[in-house]
Amino acid sequence: MTAHIGKPLDRVDGPLKVTGQAQYAGEFAVPGLTYGVAVNSTLAKGRILALDVDAAKAVPGVVDVLSHLNRPRMAAYDESYTDMDSADGAPFRPLFNDRVLYSGQPLALVVAETFEAARYAATLVGVRYAQEPHQTDIHRQAPHDAPAELPKPRGDADEAFARAAVKVEAAYSSPVEHHNPMEPHASTVVYQPDGGLTIYDKTQSAVNTLEFVSHIFGLADGDARVLSPFVGGAFGSGLRPQYQVVLAVMAALHLKRSVRVTLTRQQMFTFGHRPQTLQRLKLGADQKGHLEAVIHEVLGETSRFEDFTEHVAEWSGALYHCDNVRLAYQLAALDVYTPLDMRAPGAVLGIYALECALDELAVATGVDPVQLRIDNFSPVNQNEGKPYSSKQLLACYQQGAERFGWSQRNPQPRSMREGHQLIGWGMASGAWEAMLMPASAKATLAIDGSLVVASATADIGTGTYTVMTQIAGETLGLPMDKVTFKLGDTSLPKAPLEGGSFTVSSVGTAVQQACQALIKTLLETAQKDDDSPLAGATPDDVECVDGCLRLKADPARSLTFTDIVRQSGSPSLEAQADAKPEAERDKYATGSHAAVFVEVKVDEALGTVQVSRVVSAIAAGRVVNPKTAENQILGGVVWGIGMALQEETQLDHHLGRFMNHSLAEYHIPVQADIQDLQVIFVEEHDRIVNPLGSKGVGEIGIVGVAAAIANAVYHATGKRVRDLPITLDKLL
Amino acid sequence: MTPFAYARARQVDEALALRAGHPEARFIAGGTNLLDLMKENVARPGMLIDITGLPLHDVETTADGGLRIGALVSNADLAYHPEVERRYPLLAQAILAGASPQLRNMASTGGNLLQRTRCYYFYDAGVPCNKREPGSGCPARDGLNRIHAILGASDQCIAVHPSDMCVALAALEATVEVAGPAGRRVIDFADFHRLPGDQPQRDNTLEDDELIVAITLPARGFARHHAYLKVRDRASYAFALVSVAAALEREADGRIAEARLALGGVAHKPWRDPRAEDLLRGQPCNAESFGRAADALLQGAQGFAHNDFKIELARRAIVRALEQAASQEGTP
Repeated sequence: MTAHIGKPLDRVDGPLKVTGQAQYAGEFAVPGLTYGVAVNSTLAKGRILALDVDAAKAVPGVVDVLSHLNRPRMAAYDESYTDMDSADGAPFRPLFNDRVLYSGQPLALVVAETFEAARYAATLVGVRYAQEPHQTDIHRQAPHDAPAELPKPRGDADEAFARAAVKVEAAYSSPVEHHNPMEPHASTVVYQPDGGLTIYDKTQSAVNTLEFVSHIFGLADGDARVLSPFVGGAFGSGLRPQYQVVLAVMAALHLKRSVRVTLTRQQMFTFGHRPQTLQRLKLGADQKGHLEAVIHEVLGETSRFEDFTEHVAEWSGALYHCDNVRLAYQLAALDVYTPLDMRAPGAVLGIYALECALDELAVATGVDPVQLRIDNFSPVNQNEGKPYSSKQLLACYQQGAERFGWSQRNPQPRSMREGHQLIGWGMASGAWEAMLMPASAKATLAIDGSLVVASATADIGTGTYTVMTQIAGETLGLPMDKVTFKLGDTSLPKAPLEGGSFTVSSVGTAVQQACQALIKTLLETAQKDDDSPLAGATPDDVECVDGCLRLKADPARSLTFTDIVRQSGSPSLEAQADAKPEAERDKYATGSHAAVFVEVKVDEALGTVQVSRVVSAIAAGRVVNPKTAENQILGGVVWGIGMALQEETQLDHHLGRFMNHSLAEYHIPVQADIQDLQVIFVEEHDRIVNPLGSKGVGEIGIVGVAAAIANAVYHATGKRVRDLPITLDKLL
Repeated sequence: MTPFAYARARQVDEALALRAGHPEARFIAGGTNLLDLMKENVARPGMLIDITGLPLHDVETTADGGLRIGALVSNADLAYHPEVERRYPLLAQAILAGASPQLRNMASTGGNLLQRTRCYYFYDAGVPCNKREPGSGCPARDGLNRIHAILGASDQCIAVHPSDMCVALAALEATVEVAGPAGRRVIDFADFHRLPGDQPQRDNTLEDDELIVAITLPARGFARHHAYLKVRDRASYAFALVSVAAALEREADGRIAEARLALGGVAHKPWRDPRAEDLLRGQPCNAESFGRAADALLQGAQGFAHNDFKIELARRAIVRALEQAASQEGTP
């Protein structure tokens, strides 16, 4: 039996990437290409009174300067600007009118025959504004209720908190963060001789981009095709089509020319971001730490034009057992761009606060932090009143603690040191949803016995190409090199957004089912011959091995795929599957879980924090590829270290502008910050979550890391820092 | 980025002549800072004069036992030069605390002195900045100033000089040899960089038409007792919040015979005060004497809200660096 699933196979697209053959959206060579460079606002709020484009247009090579004054026709209504990941409200419309809604807003696009001419001319565009007062400070804006359906309060959390023997009440905050994938957002729009558009876009869904630009510019079916074969990281920044694709399509339609727009690193700070949050946690418990009350109040930041919501507080009613829970969620509308899903959106923030508060409860009750979580474990998601289809979180605690050596921990803060370094150990739980979305895939077997499987999903560096190849190869009994997976193309069967950790489960299920359907087609084709060795067999009676279809009971009765395709009279045989969640799934809650253990070393005098050791135990169902899965978890842990200690986009409230907009000043971990990271996969056998039994690992790796670090810093220093990031000045 | 002309010079005189005819020109060597500034539209030279071909790549011992470093020696080559490693390990440490290997391979010794501040406002051509556009204002004073100066700032500018190498050069009392139309002159390191005052656009005392040709280190290298301590927000590739170059010579009885102390990340130039060093002379190596020197060096320090912590941080860093220097080889 060919067995690919569960093997740590190398990425099938690795050689293309390391040899530069993988082409990204801003790299496709197109004859006669023009280059667009956006001019961004320096003002946070107001109106454009005048645009002076004369100097820009006088630069040799400049073709045109587009703005709200001369752009082609665009849809007028908000509905046309919604996309597959929209927030409530009126989506941003680039170059639509004279309104300036945030600092960094694109106001014009300079298009030139060369990138250099466009970039220079863009610096010459003069903008005269009518300035209006802006507000970018979450502390100074009156909040409104978030348009989110929170779980109804259960029990009486306030009353239970009031009478609880042990109380923890604390406020936590997290700053704005930007995604900063390595590849900046880019779109290359090829204007075809017949007026059609081929759009290479950096996106987490080619389908989303196509529908979005089609609605805005009134394109008919077939007028455009979107391709996105490779994406250099996205982390949620490609879930919504960003302004570069609107500007590039706009310019191509207006000029009837091919246009490329690539954002600069600085411009990567001019659209969505992880929202700033202020959170208040109240935990009431008995003397032994059993939770009796959980109150979690969240204030998130959003824009003036959309209400961005995510699941921040929900986790506090789901992760542990508690009968008295009240959750609240408000938003402060600021003069900034709308926040955007970023790796483990909501969870990473809410669970940070919850897990820090639990650590404070452990200290208040004297119960070991791991034991406290074990004592409050819930096999049921009480928000939904449903049992989890699987939740091996207890095994995560046990295996993680053992690998880490947690039993040696002295609970006393400041109890371990090495010279000037105080050493602390902390831990936290993590959780993420295991979602399943409708997805389609098509499998095509050629006469030479090679298989092509296709679905319009994306590979944002996560390993989609590899994992889908494994699933298809496994199902059809083919070696990896006989299977090709295609994605990132709107001509392929539809797939959901590549996000939320649901690609392996959703698209993987569709791939598996398409391959299973293909087996059926093969069998039916074979059986058209009355003398077929497979005559009379049902799909359950046959198996695929080494490019052959054969009877399980009598392997000698076998046909090669090649023979069957030849017999069909067609050059190939194909089958498509449209996979949907099964009804059985509705009876259960589904999720992935984690236990994160961290050691930090804090310089007692200087406040510098070093994360010297992390053990992350992950329960995420069946792991299709341990190599790419571990890579996902490691990336999540590294980002968690950045979230805990470094990342923060700093807003100047006088200017209403993000100011540290470069990778020199916006800090993320560098190699020297990363030391010993270990990942444990706690396998779960879960046939309910989806037929593959896989829950996805894109988000779970980051969740809980920041809390574990904050808790370790407390254990090292005795100081509780509740405002992220924990920079050294907060520890002096 | 503004279009620019490009010329290549082979000799110092040729470079100076090109510059004399083109006041809008700038010299370029490694370009590790200038190109960034051009891409950000902060620097808009009409011409770049490539000086990488000038014969300024040598490191040679001087008659009085010092070391003369050509302006075009790369930061990496300088840090790993056997004479620097052996006799001036403080300088090697400081260089290696800065930037990244790729940047150090490109960056030149002379160019390192001319790095411009990392102030967010200076780097963003969309906002006011007195250093970039004199008279436009300084949003950092009442804005984001966590990384800004606590010493020597002016009403017009609170930016800091970003170099690590220069902090060590200040402590070692290097001199800067420059060539100009009127010939060559030597500038003491302490006089090379300047405080912002009412001309924050000027980082140093180099004239527009002058070119750095060499840095000279005196014979005394403090190889035995030295430390470069850099405190920053991550373990590499971050500018100093505070850095300390400490160098000591000790008597046979352990008392301090000579001390040098310079700070980075706190002012518009590497910060030194001979009075602080004088306080250490003849003193035992202990927390009290180190603390007194730290207090003296930080006299007059003033924060602007977000950077208030730097005053206490600097004090602690100075004491730590002096402890490390005193402890013998001064490994950080």
